[in-house]
Amino acid sequence: MTKPILSIADMSIVFSSPDEADIEAVRQVELTLTPGKTLALVGESGCGKSVTARAVLRLLDKNALIQRGSITFEPKGEAPVDIAELKQDSLPLRAIRGNQISMIFQEPMSSLSPVHTIGDQIDEMMIIHEGLKPKQARERTVALLDQVGIPGARDRANAYPFELSGGLRQRAMIAMALACKPQVLIADEPTTALDVTTQAQILDLLRQLQADFGMAMLFITHDLGVVAEIADEVAVMYLGDVVEQGSVFDVFAAPKHPYTQALMSSIPKMARKADRVRLSPIKGTVPAPKDRPEGCAFTSRCPHAFEPCPTIRPARTDLGNGHHARCHLLTRVPVEEPA
Amino acid sequence: MSTLLSVENLSKHYTLSGGLFGAERRLDALTDINLTVEAGETLAIVGESGCGKTTLGRCIIQAQPASAGKVVYRPKAGGEVELSALNKRQIKPWRQDIRMIFQDPMSSLNPNMRVFDIVAEPLRIHKICKGRELEDRVIGTLAKVGIPAEAVGRYPHAFSGGQRQRIGIARALVLDPKLVIADEAVSALDVSIQAQVLNLLEDLKSEFGLTYIFISHDLGVVNYIADRVVVMYLGHVVENAPTEMLFERPRHPYTELLLEALPIADPLRRKGRKAEVRGEIPYLGNRPQGCPFHTRCRYAQDVCRAEKPALRRVNGTAQEAACLFAEELELKGAYEDGPVKVLHEA
Ligand SMILES: Nc1ncnc2c1ncn2[C@@H]1O[C@H](COP(=O)(O)OP(=O)(O)O)[C@@H](O)[C@H]1O
Ligand SMILES: Nc1ncnc2c1ncn2[C@@H]1O[C@H](COP(=O)(O)OP(=O)(O)O)[C@@H](O)[C@H]1O
Ligand code: SF4
Ligand code: SF4
Ligand SMILES: [Mg+2]
Ligand SMILES: [Mg+2]
Repeated sequence: MTKPILSIADMSIVFSSPDEADIEAVRQVELTLTPGKTLALVGESGCGKSVTARAVLRLLDKNALIQRGSITFEPKGEAPVDIAELKQDSLPLRAIRGNQISMIFQEPMSSLSPVHTIGDQIDEMMIIHEGLKPKQARERTVALLDQVGIPGARDRANAYPFELSGGLRQRAMIAMALACKPQVLIADEPTTALDVTTQAQILDLLRQLQADFGMAMLFITHDLGVVAEIADEVAVMYLGDVVEQGSVFDVFAAPKHPYTQALMSSIPKMARKADRVRLSPIKGTVPAPKDRPEGCAFTSRCPHAFEPCPTIRPARTDLGNGHHARCHLLTRVPVEEPA
Repeated sequence: MSTLLSVENLSKHYTLSGGLFGAERRLDALTDINLTVEAGETLAIVGESGCGKTTLGRCIIQAQPASAGKVVYRPKAGGEVELSALNKRQIKPWRQDIRMIFQDPMSSLNPNMRVFDIVAEPLRIHKICKGRELEDRVIGTLAKVGIPAEAVGRYPHAFSGGQRQRIGIARALVLDPKLVIADEAVSALDVSIQAQVLNLLEDLKSEFGLTYIFISHDLGVVNYIADRVVVMYLGHVVENAPTEMLFERPRHPYTELLLEALPIADPLRRKGRKAEVRGEIPYLGNRPQGCPFHTRCRYAQDVCRAEKPALRRVNGTAQEAACLFAEELELKGAYEDGPVKVLHEA
């Protein structure tokens, strides 16, 4: 097995605010990224996907604290670094950010500057991080724009972001994220705002680039279809917890956590009318973090909740082959059937 | 089934004020649209963003005037009304029959009004009822969509996205409409909430005998909810067919492209489409000659660049497509009979 390049262990993130109690937005999360593989982080809005991802680059808001755990980054041939321990704005952190680990977003304009051409912006990354001369940088930029599928790359390098369509802008952002050949790419809902056809192109592109560059990818989405399409491994989040994780085939074939099961029966199957089943939605809504049950976060909506659920937090149970879930049902001692 | 509404040769263009050189430009948002909505059906309208779905919905409810063509409504009582020929005053009574629900409930609900008044407003505008009767009707409608009576004094911001969409639905339903146009009504909701609202829409439909025009870009949801599907591309209807026929064997290459791009929540059916899904939508101002889809069509022939295909029945069936080769092409559907899998173990 390939060695992991990034391991998040027992990580919790707490937000504080002056007039409210602290919120533990991410709770004891364990995730590993492997070169050449994609881990999808899936869950409904507010469950903690972006916070988890931003922690890896230490891009959290000022009121956030990584309260416990580690983020170990171990690039090939280098000593491991715990990113959680690095000082904000320190040299080692800046050397990692955008260079060895880079990130793309739903909204390309959050990483592209509106007042510079896309070529200049990508050139600059290479000039700063790799010390290339402007001419060399532009050659590589054009090659990269070509590689991400921007037609007429040499001319388009001189375009401003607003002159490009949504799909091309997304490609330009991806090119910029890949400018320094990162070993880890974090993609936070990069296709959510796109039409399905453009989404399919971007997913294909990311797959192709991963094959070319061998990078590890953390792919955030709320769409189980996209997970099934792109991921090797999947982690399902609910209210700050990773409730289930494992190989995408294992988790989709036999989801073990009631929340994962419920999510899967909330989406319509691609079936003929004769095989149509009415959706069975999860009852109620996600509680606010301050109203989270003390035990299992899913207690208030779970159809299987039983005695320990409201008060005792379920442990992370190993189900074999890297499949884990947090649910009391998995450790329940079978009760003798009455004769 | 009887036809509840028909759209005949409807076109809509916008005039864009000139850019650098001041020349005005014309943008054709809808071109010669013909379709009917049968009483009791759920008709889906699908297509990529910018293809004209919302414009069509707004032209049907007469929220904006069409540039050409007609919208004809056939009320249950008999007769027909050409909605597009009526003036503001004449149209008012018919606005009760055709209502619209929007994608973003927050921008369609007045933030300064209590939920009760938001739902009561259409009843007041149309002077349907007042006092106790109005109160009962508002509270009753909100209860139907799952908003309890004790919550009706709150303002929209105190509700979650799913609840706000329920309020938007109550506002549409309180007038006892016949036709409801839902424009991306579940697109912004999280999947578990989306499933709740889809079930609610289905229940309300059978309870009140509604007809839906369901505008969506999500083909998975459309396959689930719709009886018939209209596919739009660049302001044209390119295919119109019963849902199962369309998903089984599309007759327009654009429909095939959309189905191919649709991610399926099953890793065993992963597509790895590679380069099949290609091309970008041309800008509406630069509409291609001939078939509007030819710049992206993998089956395009020379003739497609010259001749514009009309929407027509394929082999005499209920499936209509606007492709010169609709009969010959063997296009791929979405119901792959992959390995049968049990998703849930007890
Ligand atoms: N700046 C902040 N201050 C307080 N709480 C925050 C802040 N940013 C995020 N949170 C909390 O973190 C939770 C997870 O947010 P996020 O990771 O953005 O969710 P998503 O899964 O939609 O990406 C939110 O529900 C919110 O409670
Ligand atoms: N008020 C307007 N002025 C100019 N162009 C418009 C206006 N409204 C819509 N359009 C254009 O008409 C086309 C169709 O838009 P729309 O009906 O909103 O598409 P959809 O709902 O399918 O995404 C788009 O190209 C859009 O930019
Ligand atoms: S621990 Fe209890 S409440 Fe939580 S998912 Fe399992 S059964 Fe449901
Ligand atoms: S008419 Fe020609 S270009 Fe148009 S969809 Fe059919 S094959 Fe493609
Ligand atoms: Mg997010
Ligand atoms: Mg629209």
